[in-house]
Formats: sequence, structure tokens, C-alpha cells
Amino acid sequence: MSDKVTISIKRSDPSKGEAPHFVDYEVPTQEGMVVLDAVHYIENNIDPTLSVRWNCKAARCGSCSAEVNGLPRLMCKTRVDKMGDKISIEPMRAYPVVKDLVTDVSHNWEIAKRIPPFTPKPNLPKPWKIAAIDITRSKEFRTCIECFLCQDVCHVIREHQSNYLGPKHMVKVAALDMHPLDSIDRAGFLHVEGGVGFCNITKCCQNVCPEGIHITDNAIIPEKERVVNEFYDPIGILIHRRKKK
Amino acid sequence: MLIIGAGGAGLRAAVEALKHGVKVLIVTKSLLGKAHTVMAEGGIAAALGNVDKEDNWKVHFVDTYVEGVYLGDWRFSEKLAKDAPDRVLELEEYGALFDRNADGKILQRAFGAHTYRRLCHVGDKTGLELIRTLQDKVIHSDASFLEEIMITKIVTSGGKVKGAIGLDLKTGEFYSISSKGIVVASGGLGRIFKVTSNSWESTGDGLSLAFDAGAELMDLEMVQFHPTGMIWPPAIRGLLVTEGVRGDGGILLNAKGERFMLRYSPQKKELDARDVVARSIYREIMEGRGTEHGGVYLDISHKGAKFILEKLPSMYMQYKEFSGVDITKEKMEVAPTTHYHMGGIKVDAETNQTIVSGLFAAGEAATGLHGANRLGGNSLADLLVFGKRTGEEAAKFVSNARLNKIGQNEVSAEIDRVLSFLQVKDPVNPYEVFEKLRETMSSNVGIWRNEEGLNKALAEIAELKKTAKNVGVSGSTKFNPGLVTALEVQGMLNIAEMLVTAARERRESRGAHYRQDYPELKKEWRKNIVFVKKEDGSFSMRFSPVPELPPELKALLSKEEQQNV
Repeated sequence: MSDKVTISIKRSDPSKGEAPHFVDYEVPTQEGMVVLDAVHYIENNIDPTLSVRWNCKAARCGSCSAEVNGLPRLMCKTRVDKMGDKISIEPMRAYPVVKDLVTDVSHNWEIAKRIPPFTPKPNLPKPWKIAAIDITRSKEFRTCIECFLCQDVCHVIREHQSNYLGPKHMVKVAALDMHPLDSIDRAGFLHVEGGVGFCNITKCCQNVCPEGIHITDNAIIPEKERVVNEFYDPIGILIHRRKKK
Repeated sequence: MLIIGAGGAGLRAAVEALKHGVKVLIVTKSLLGKAHTVMAEGGIAAALGNVDKEDNWKVHFVDTYVEGVYLGDWRFSEKLAKDAPDRVLELEEYGALFDRNADGKILQRAFGAHTYRRLCHVGDKTGLELIRTLQDKVIHSDASFLEEIMITKIVTSGGKVKGAIGLDLKTGEFYSISSKGIVVASGGLGRIFKVTSNSWESTGDGLSLAFDAGAELMDLEMVQFHPTGMIWPPAIRGLLVTEGVRGDGGILLNAKGERFMLRYSPQKKELDARDVVARSIYREIMEGRGTEHGGVYLDISHKGAKFILEKLPSMYMQYKEFSGVDITKEKMEVAPTTHYHMGGIKVDAETNQTIVSGLFAAGEAATGLHGANRLGGNSLADLLVFGKRTGEEAAKFVSNARLNKIGQNEVSAEIDRVLSFLQVKDPVNPYEVFEKLRETMSSNVGIWRNEEGLNKALAEIAELKKTAKNVGVSGSTKFNPGLVTALEVQGMLNIAEMLVTAARERRESRGAHYRQDYPELKKEWRKNIVFVKKEDGSFSMRFSPVPELPPELKALLSKEEQQNV
């Protein structure tokens, strides 16, 4: 590894009408250095006004999402020595830029608010008993750190004006639906409000997930199947109607 | 009601206050769900007795009180031990999904100095589950929340809270928030040390805000050094390695391959209290039996890949990604890291209110529960138990209080103060002061403390305080990390000065506070050191006796333990 690396950061301040432009910084490298370290070096030694969002620096909080050499990644989990001598860093493209590498992800809360919350079956004897094997499916989705990289890479969200919730929220819905004691059916919500039909399972979201959640395979496809069963399968429709009665 | 901080304590307080029909606003310095609570790994301590039937609140109380080396307030530890099981089951009803036993009940794991297997957990991501569950609850409630707002001042008049003023980092605009009551749930101060497991937010700014508003701070010298942090590569130094590794059977070895905990603690070994294990590791390193990078080895590989990937997935990930070490086959290299602050804002044991009317504190920001050492798993229990209690008490207070609006002049004065950092001629870089402070704290106020080192730290802090007067940054108020540091470093220096003063004053060794020049526990030092702000802005220090145990609780202690109280 060379002892210096060039970090090229896309900077802008839309509120001041400042157009996005790349600025190059030369940063000395250190063994095991991650991209976020390089950004901190710039912030601490070259330009303290460089804006970046981060928290734990341990790949647990999902704050430092960005596009490193064009790929959606957590900066704290991306080693500098694996990215070449010149590394470009850009803010996530699916969200409006606040300043430099910081984007406005608050839209996700509006979506989260609409997802029907956990609703346990009524009159369960306490304390609740759940078989260990029954928690495994839901548990995978609960490792989501809300980095929004899957939302960022999703072409439906990037390029189309639709009501599709996006992969992150599909993971949330799946976590709730696969909770062994949850009692509500979210298929109707996904079909109508959630725009789940827009997803054409390209698996891009699954590929960028830093937690390795099988977003498409284990969350989206099973949820899509449920929607299909309830709304497109004639026998399913009959069963669904009877259930409702 | 205003809640400063959206970690476990703040969110739990919000959930509770809403039940009382109070209008709640939560402000957080980062995004919702990113608070340091997500880093809590091992679990929540609650005497459910699901695995070890013998467990009950009394044993949990004794463990907490005794391992806090008799410096904690029994009224907190009693409430913690009694309430924790209900809070965990309630969290489950809110939607948290814990790991299970063979009989379907919540599984509990062993942890340092807990007599029984007591930690309810979700793999090694318990904190994440806790915060997501509460976050969902808040999102689907009537509470409002503001993200990336840094509160810079709590406004009071006549010893009563009026509200707070803060800077919106996203827009660079200021907020003036008038409120009848404020809960400070802002977490700890790990960032004032160089080697720490804490995120950028844990700068002790909540302590500073409360102190400036007139609240008392207590037990500041009690800083927990977690025995196991990562040490290599340097960029991730300090990153936490969960106690769950030892709880699930991990052993500690020095460079010679000796299982040294057998020497220091033949009974509890790796699962002794954190202060004991951290000091043992530190001694091995200092006496030349450390590894190449200045640590010791932690080995869990004998448990096999399947077990490790299921129970410790984050540990596997962080060693694989950051160090290139496969913990299912190789040993981890670890060394102690600054982890938790037992000290903090002094609150009433019944109401969680400070001496400032309407100002409450909960979670790591508050003090009194853990004494001189915190047991693993007791912090998540603390967040739930005292988050709820504080939310309830603050809501009751707010329901009967009158709103006293913040005046325009108060707002202007605070805006001017914040803006002044952008107008300094030939400014000193705030990071320079910040790094020097962290350096001196880690070298002189760490696991081994002595008069000479503490004096040196105080002298350096005094020097840094002078330099800090000229701290300034360029740019605007909008998402300016330099400005945030400039604002925080002032408070950090004050808190550090009090912390070191208390550490120098306490001429004994108790829990996490170890003095090489006074290595013995002394009964006459069973008292708390309390700080309050004087009119001129400096601090005054006093001693406060530890509340005496009532006979029925004292009877739970062993004969030997009773000698110490």
C-alpha cells in the first residue's frame, strides 16, 4: 500500500446554490484505515467545514452511507487499501443533498409511519412462549441497521415516481409479518399503498446490504408471493374473502 | 416536555410520558435510531429466572450493589432489580424478539459478576433491537422528534427550567424550545478519552448543559474501562468486543499462552466484574506479557463456527472486516477501552429530578445506580427501568407546571455566543484542543491513576482551557463539524477538570477508580463527590454520604460484605 491516497469528494451546498463539484485531497494512509478515517483526516486537518454524517464507526449504526468509487457502501466498513490510489466519494444519489456527503433521509420516517405496527395476537398467556426455531426468519431482518443503502441502489426509487416503499421497508414489513405472534396481514397494505408490484427483483438491494440480509430472497419474494396469493390467485381470493368474513 | 437524546432512555421516557397525555418533543444530535444504544451488545440484565430458577430480584440487587463497591444508592439498585423483568417482558410486547430457551421462554446468558445467567439478549445486537422497538413505538405515536439538532443551552430562571436553545445542524438555523420540563438522556462522555468504544456523540455535553443550568454532578471519577476492546489495526482501536464472548465461554490468554485470570480471580475467572478483568489485562500488558500490538488474546474458537456465527455474528464481522482475523479459527487481540460513565447528573432517587425544578435526567447521563462499577447488562436495564420512571415523573411534573417562555434576549445572547466561534481572528483549530485533551485523559486518568499523573492532567487541562478561548472555525452554522467540536470542547474541558479533580481527591481504590498510590479500599471514603456551579462559573466540590442501607436489604449481604457498609 502506498503511503498516500487521493480522496476525491463531491462537495456542494444546495441552499447556497453551490453546484456539486469534486475536490481532491491528499491523505496519508495508516494500516487498516477505512474511508471514514480518510474523511475525518480531511475534516480535522484540511477543511473542518466538510460535512459528513457518522456515529459509531463500527458498522452498527448505518449513518455513514455514501457512494465510494460509485458503489453504495458504509464508509466505516470500506478499507482504503482495497479501493485503489484514488478514491471518489459521493453522497447517496437517491436522496436530496443537505451538504457535501450528507443527505436528507427523513422521507423514510413518513414511510415507516404508514407501515402497520406490531400487533400481537390477543389474550396470549403470559409470559409469551415462542419456539427458538420460529424466531430465525424474523431475526434476519432485525439486523437491519437502517443505512438506506438498499433504498439508494433501488432503481425503482432512483428513477421512477412510484409509491413503492423500497427494500428497507420491505425488510421491516417482513420482520413484522414473520414475528411468530404478530396477528395482522400486511399484504393488502403492500399491494395498494406499498406499491410492491413495482419491484422487479433485480437483487441490487441484496447485493449492497452491509448486514448481508437476503433482502430479495427472504423478504421481498415471500411478501410478493403473499400479495399474489391474496389478490391474483382465484382460489386465494376466495380463501381471503372467507377469512375476512 | 422536551427530551434531549433519542437513545434507549430518552425513547423509553417518551413512550411513558405519552401515556400520561403529555405533549412530547424529542431532540437528537444524530438521526433517530443511531444513538449509542445500538452498540450495546450482550443483553439486558433481568432476574427472570428462565435459565437459572434460583435467580430473583434480591440476588440481582446484591450483585449490583456489591459490585458497585457500596458507592451506589440502594434506592436505585433496588428499583432496577425489581422492575427489570417487567420492563423486558413489556419490551417484548412492544415487538422485541429475544433469543429463546428450549421451553420457549426468553433465553438468558452468563455475564461478568452476575451470580446467575441473567442477560436477555438478541445475539450480540440487543441494543439495536431495543432501540428499534422503542423507535417504532415513537414513530407510531403522537410524539414529535427533531433530528440533528444540537442543544447548546438549557435556559432557566429562578432555579426553574424554561426550555432549551439549539442549533439545527441540517439548516444552520436556531431553535428556541420553551418547555415545562426537560429530560436529559444524552448518554456518556467516552469521547473525552482517546481510546474509547463510544461514538462521536458521547462527549458529556448533556452533563455540561445540566451543570450550567445549576444541576449537581456526582461520581465523575467513576469511568468504566471495558476489559475488551479491539486494538489492531490502529484505526479501529477501542472498538468494543462484547462481554458476551466471555459469557459464552471465551478465555483470556497472555502472550506466553497463560490463562492469567486464574491467578487474579480463581473463582470467577474471565467473568469477574469489569474493573477486575480490565485491571488484570492491563497488568499483564504493563508487565511485559502482552501481545505484539500491546494487548492480550481472547479465544472463543473452541466453541466452533456454527455457535459463533449464531451467537456472536457482529464480533465475527468486525474481526473479519477490520483485522482480517477469523475468530472461528483464530484468537482475537484485545485491550481495555473507555466504555461507560457511572458518574453523571445527580438526581433524586424517587423522582429522577435534579435540584433544578423541572430538569430530569435518565440513563448513562444520570448517576447513582452503578456506584463505582457497572455490571454488564445493567445499562440496558437502566435505560428501560429509569427511562420509564423518569418519563412518568416528568410527565406528572409537567401536568402541574406552568410554561415560562424563553425571552428574545435569552435567544439572542445564545445565538451570539454560538456565532462568535465563526468570527475568531487567527483561530485555534478545535480538533487540536480536543485531541490534546483526549490524549492527556487516556495517558494520565486511565486504569492506573496516581497523584503525579492526575496533577499533570490538571495542569494540561488548565493550559488547554486558555487555548480554547481562541478556538474558532470557518464556514457557516450548517452541518459544520468544526463548529460542533468548538462548542463541545468547552464543556468537555470543564467536565474533564472536575473528573480529574475528583479522581485526585479520592485517595483510595474503589471499583473502576484505581490509585497506584492508594491501592486499598477505605471505608471512610464511602462517600460521593459532588460538584455544583458557582456564580462565577467555576465549580465547588462537596462530599455527600452514601445513603444507608435499610436493615432488610443489608441482611441480603454476606457477613463479609456487611463489613464494608
